[in-house]
Amino acid sequence: MKAVLAGFRGFVGYVGGVLGADAYKKYLEHHEASGHTSPPLTEREFWRDRTDRQDTNPQGRCC
Amino acid sequence: MGTMPDGTQGVSTHGTVQLDDGIVPDPSLPPTSVDESVRDSADRTWTPAKIALWAAIALLGGIAWFMLAIIRGETVNAIWFVFASVCTYLIGYRFYSKVIERYLLKPNDRRATPAEYKADGKDYVRTDRNVLFGHHFAAIAGAGPLVGPVIAAQMGYLPGTIWIIIGVVLAGAVQDYLVLFFSMRRGGRSLGQMAREELGVIGGTAALVATLLIMVIIVAILALVVVNALGESPWGVFSVGMTIPIALFMGVYLRFIRPGKVMEVSLIGFVLLMAAIIGGGAVAGTEWGAAFFHLDKVTIAWGLIIYGFIAAILPVWLLLAPRDYLSTFVKIGVIVMLALAIIVVRPEITVPAFSEYAGRDNGPVFSGTLFPFLFVTIACGALSGFHALIASGTTPKLIEKERQTRLIGYGGMLMESFVAIMALVAAISIDRGIYFAMNAPVALTGGTVETAAAWVNSLGLSGVNITAGDLAQTAKDVGEQSIVSRSGGAPTLAVGLAHIMQQFIGGTAMMAFWYHFAIMFEALFILTAVDAGTRVARFMLQDSIGNFVPKFKEHSRRPGAWLCTAIMVAAWGAVLIMGVTDPLGGINTLFPLFGIANQLLAAIALSVCLAIAAKRTAAKYLWVVAAPLAFAAVVTITASFYKIFSPVPAVGYFANNAAFAKALADGKTSFGTAKTQAAMEAVVRNTMIQGWLSIIFVVLSIIVIITAVMATIKALRNTAAGLPNAEHEDPARASRVFAPAGFVPTAAERNLATEWNQVPAGERLEKSGHH
Repeated sequence: MKAVLAGFRGFVGYVGGVLGADAYKKYLEHHEASGHTSPPLTEREFWRDRTDRQDTNPQGRCC
Repeated sequence: MGTMPDGTQGVSTHGTVQLDDGIVPDPSLPPTSVDESVRDSADRTWTPAKIALWAAIALLGGIAWFMLAIIRGETVNAIWFVFASVCTYLIGYRFYSKVIERYLLKPNDRRATPAEYKADGKDYVRTDRNVLFGHHFAAIAGAGPLVGPVIAAQMGYLPGTIWIIIGVVLAGAVQDYLVLFFSMRRGGRSLGQMAREELGVIGGTAALVATLLIMVIIVAILALVVVNALGESPWGVFSVGMTIPIALFMGVYLRFIRPGKVMEVSLIGFVLLMAAIIGGGAVAGTEWGAAFFHLDKVTIAWGLIIYGFIAAILPVWLLLAPRDYLSTFVKIGVIVMLALAIIVVRPEITVPAFSEYAGRDNGPVFSGTLFPFLFVTIACGALSGFHALIASGTTPKLIEKERQTRLIGYGGMLMESFVAIMALVAAISIDRGIYFAMNAPVALTGGTVETAAAWVNSLGLSGVNITAGDLAQTAKDVGEQSIVSRSGGAPTLAVGLAHIMQQFIGGTAMMAFWYHFAIMFEALFILTAVDAGTRVARFMLQDSIGNFVPKFKEHSRRPGAWLCTAIMVAAWGAVLIMGVTDPLGGINTLFPLFGIANQLLAAIALSVCLAIAAKRTAAKYLWVVAAPLAFAAVVTITASFYKIFSPVPAVGYFANNAAFAKALADGKTSFGTAKTQAAMEAVVRNTMIQGWLSIIFVVLSIIVIITAVMATIKALRNTAAGLPNAEHEDPARASRVFAPAGFVPTAAERNLATEWNQVPAGERLEKSGHH
């Protein structure tokens, strides 16, 4: 049962990674590691900034 | 084992790179790369178990190919397609991609990737290789590999199967791998920027203009596929239409209600999507629903054009980003499910290896001879130029270690090819008579079940005998009013998929659901591609105009942005309307243009790669790039010449134009497939535009190829004369992280990873990975 649960968690984590659901977590890690003194963006600000930057920097999708 | 040609020399060059790479690693950190000699000896040691494994893979692949290509039974089981493809991919990945790695690209894990030296926590983020593999695959896979093989099935299964599998190993995956690697070495620069740097102003400009035009054509024909799938289908129109409010809801949810809860909103969206499909059946079953959502193709085309404009000027968060999540979510699910279903159900295929049309140029699904038109028709599943735009976009900014490019670039494309094989299997698992009734234009089938059945039976195809009842029953099973002349590939794939899936889950009662599920996800992929393609094209146009009118370069300026969006939408919209109103059946005439455009883009990408490769490798290994480039160039240029010069009206645009113009001049009121004078005038207009488009494409591409060959020769001469070549790579910096290269870490990689795990987090510049 534990193994099944762990496997399921791993799968959810993987799909989340592919979708980019962990982007904020990674941003925080980067922010902390690079030793910035300013406070990081809040989760809401981060996601706003992320999609707004796509407005000016579009990426193609494949056919 | 004879796998590494010229082995000794490879070791020594590689050794030099390793020692003289000018990189000074931090002495307090463990090595950032597995020792070259250790990796080499592991690669070259052939234990009996390893030999047995690869012998088994080769044997199984060989048997599968034998079953597909040599045995001529009544039927062939679909499982052989799976074995033939997977075994060939494994061999290509293990052996051929390593040759490319070792002799051409020479990745160096001591060197930091852009995700490391440009890390910003946003665009440049080191990403776990397996996650990035999924991410990259989701970005490159779309409707293309699902549609091309279906249309190509007109010629039988074997030509398509061979090209999809062999083409990907020797061409498609090579292109993706090279572009990804070269872009990564250049800080994630785009294909257009690399073309400008390597090929100079003329080659670079030609590449840019060609890319822009090619995008317009590709968006237009993808849109045509959706229009053909939704025309006169109330169920499809309702459920695909519902994706718009669902995406809007998800966008608002993510922006205002629960920011960042991507998994949660994707699940909600997926449930709503399923509800929309099921609800679509109920709505289409009511009288008002059937009346309200029953739209003809021209209306849908106009709806799509208006939608395309609005979607491209709306902010990304509202529509594009949420639909992207939905489409990625569905993509992974569908592909896993389809693979499982094919392996479990193992349908028997009755389609011949080579059909009657393999030797002719007047097939009803697409016109033209096997060479070159089969190759341009399959396009995405074997070699896709569009991938070069992705491989030089987001992915190179996310790579953690240089050696991982082989898994992500080469491996990712093998996955896409496998999707194409599954689409082919799904399409050929349905009855051949139904296949032709679905994919031939109305002008041939007559549009009703009776005329379609009579026409199919009159073709004289072996083993084909369908009745009007068969066609009506299939339509009823999938919940459509008619399946006659639903060209474009998507409906055929949906019928095939429904046919396989219902044996897996749900039985015939579920067929209508599976059919509309398939239509839905194809439409979802295509709408995202249309929206994103319009945006990218608009930016390219703005930048180009901005060179003359600087104000246009400010992307946030509304008037400029809206005007350029309108121009791009008008451009693809015009081609779309042309395709929808074309009395010859838009897919039949336009799909080759789509394939040619895509393959020409591949030729452009490979040209840029050739020019870069010439600077960094010995001339004798350049064939790795030169061979696929030569093939793509020959195929597309020949196809373009057929389209421009062929005297056969079904093939040549200008021959067709002349035939219809002459008929008009003779005062005829109907000619060939055009029943009215207005339709005849439409053909004259369309063929003229299509003809000129072909000319422009091929001329631009030839310019790019010639400039690339010139750059290559120059680079080789410089090397021979001992002169340095201009280097556009970012300067090498020492890496401070380590991660394995493949899916499964090797023993040496595991040891090194253990060493790294003992380094206190504070001593690294950054934490390694997020796991």
